[in-house]
Amino acid sequence: MPKPRPLAVIPLGDSACYVEFSSALDLDVNSVVQRLALVVLKRQVPWIRDVVPALGGLALHFDPDHAEFPAQPLEESLALVLDSLKQAEAAKDNPGSEVELPVCYEPEFALDLQEVAKKAELTPEEVAQRHAAAEYRVLMMGFAPGHAYMGGLDARLAVPRRASPRAIVPAGSVAIANEQTVVYPYAISGGWNVIGRTPMVLFDASRARPSLLWPGDRVRFRAITRAQFIEMATGR
Amino acid sequence: MSIRVLRPGLLTTIQDHGRHGFQRVGLCPGGAMDQVSLALANALVGNPPSEAALEITVIGPELEFEQDTLVAVCGAEFQGSFPHNRPVLAAKGTRFNVGRAVRGARAYIAVAGGFAVDPVLGSRSTYLPGHFGGFGGRALKHGDVLPLRDAEAVQRFKQLKKKAKDGTVRWSAPPLTLPDREPILVHVIEGQHFPSFDSTSQRAFFDTVWRVAPDSNRMGFRLSGPPLGRPQADEILSGPTCLGSVQVPPSGVPIALMADHQTTGGYPRIAEIASADVARLAQLAPGGKVHFARCSLEIASELRRDARGRLEAALRGIAWEYGEKDRP
Repeated sequence: MPKPRPLAVIPLGDSACYVEFSSALDLDVNSVVQRLALVVLKRQVPWIRDVVPALGGLALHFDPDHAEFPAQPLEESLALVLDSLKQAEAAKDNPGSEVELPVCYEPEFALDLQEVAKKAELTPEEVAQRHAAAEYRVLMMGFAPGHAYMGGLDARLAVPRRASPRAIVPAGSVAIANEQTVVYPYAISGGWNVIGRTPMVLFDASRARPSLLWPGDRVRFRAITRAQFIEMATGR
Repeated sequence: MSIRVLRPGLLTTIQDHGRHGFQRVGLCPGGAMDQVSLALANALVGNPPSEAALEITVIGPELEFEQDTLVAVCGAEFQGSFPHNRPVLAAKGTRFNVGRAVRGARAYIAVAGGFAVDPVLGSRSTYLPGHFGGFGGRALKHGDVLPLRDAEAVQRFKQLKKKAKDGTVRWSAPPLTLPDREPILVHVIEGQHFPSFDSTSQRAFFDTVWRVAPDSNRMGFRLSGPPLGRPQADEILSGPTCLGSVQVPPSGVPIALMADHQTTGGYPRIAEIASADVARLAQLAPGGKVHFARCSLEIASELRRDARGRLEAALRGIAWEYGEKDRP
């Protein structure tokens, strides 16, 4: 595999930039971006407020009023990324944590499981089994706090988004579309196919680590029964 | 030590400089829509510029001060018998009956010492979609009692009282973000996907006087005008967004991302608003008119430095009036 290199530094206005590595989803590139993000974060550059790994690159959000804010922030950002890239490539360890999410795939929570099974030409049980069998990687977070886009979905389960989004998807809903899976942290609108629900709270601002998932985390889903779901949901 | 909410207004929330460092888990910085007016209101009552204040929107609240309070209102001009852009001594029992905005859309009511609400993830800003921060994670309601941090508020009150006539002073802070007339001019640089729009849409973006649509909010301003299109309506890879990114969903209606924006998005970004102009855009109410002017990144950076310079000069001016520092 050729080593991923920045293709462009794209200004997001005058206070942020996006260092793009790929304009298409490439899991190898994303894995380098995740390592890179951790290296850049560790450097604690005083004029950079937010370091956001995205599907195909790294966004840096500046504090332009900081005394050390450079005159040429794009050039400085690229230099920072190139320098950090060497360190990121040298790192051998897996970035991120391992997280296991319990999921109930029973019909009450799996609003679109039948539909997905039909499209994938599988039984609903097989869809759930395949979904729980894979290991996922958090590729990017966004849309809502704690909302992770995870890659690694079984290719057989790659179905398009729903034709019309739901106005409200219940909190904790586990959903799939194309080649990714997500978990809805809040009851919000969404167009992904809901195949189960987790009793876990994905984002809680009062926790020291507010988000359950972080960029680069490796995630597994474990099937639980409805009774276990209720026990876990009420016991939290 | 508190303020009682007799009438909440259209959307009154506690906001400060924002919650930074969590965009990688999808949490936007949020905070005051017009950071410049927030900083001025805070300076007028002797707070740090980043302190939390009440952000009031289009229709203001009615508030009763339950003890002597030093207060300042900056940003949009609202109907009501209280001075704007000056420190005001609100004696115990004083009521501020804030009416409609007559110029601009948002104002900031800062109180000396600030509000005694706990910071969440380093900020007192209310994040409405997540129901946390500020006052119970929500907009104010009738009957709420807002606790104040006392700090040096009383001392500050007395210090000013010696100088003040009729409860206020003769000098005022400049309104730096209020439009003199509409449409307001907002500078943008071309967004990453600008070249993918057809030439008619590219021209229309800069030729149109856009109107802020009624369904605009703290997350984003929808802009009414001609629909914008791309000849190859291919999906782009979802990527990062920023305060001031202008996205164009398949409907062709551009959305300018504001304080509570999503941190990533899958819609093409036609433009990025110069950060110097975000606070002025935030002062447009639904129906307000805006015109975009293209500029280079260098010009956008220069505009930001100029705007920062004007704010700092105003802050120095306020400090001088309090006798703290040398004349600006």
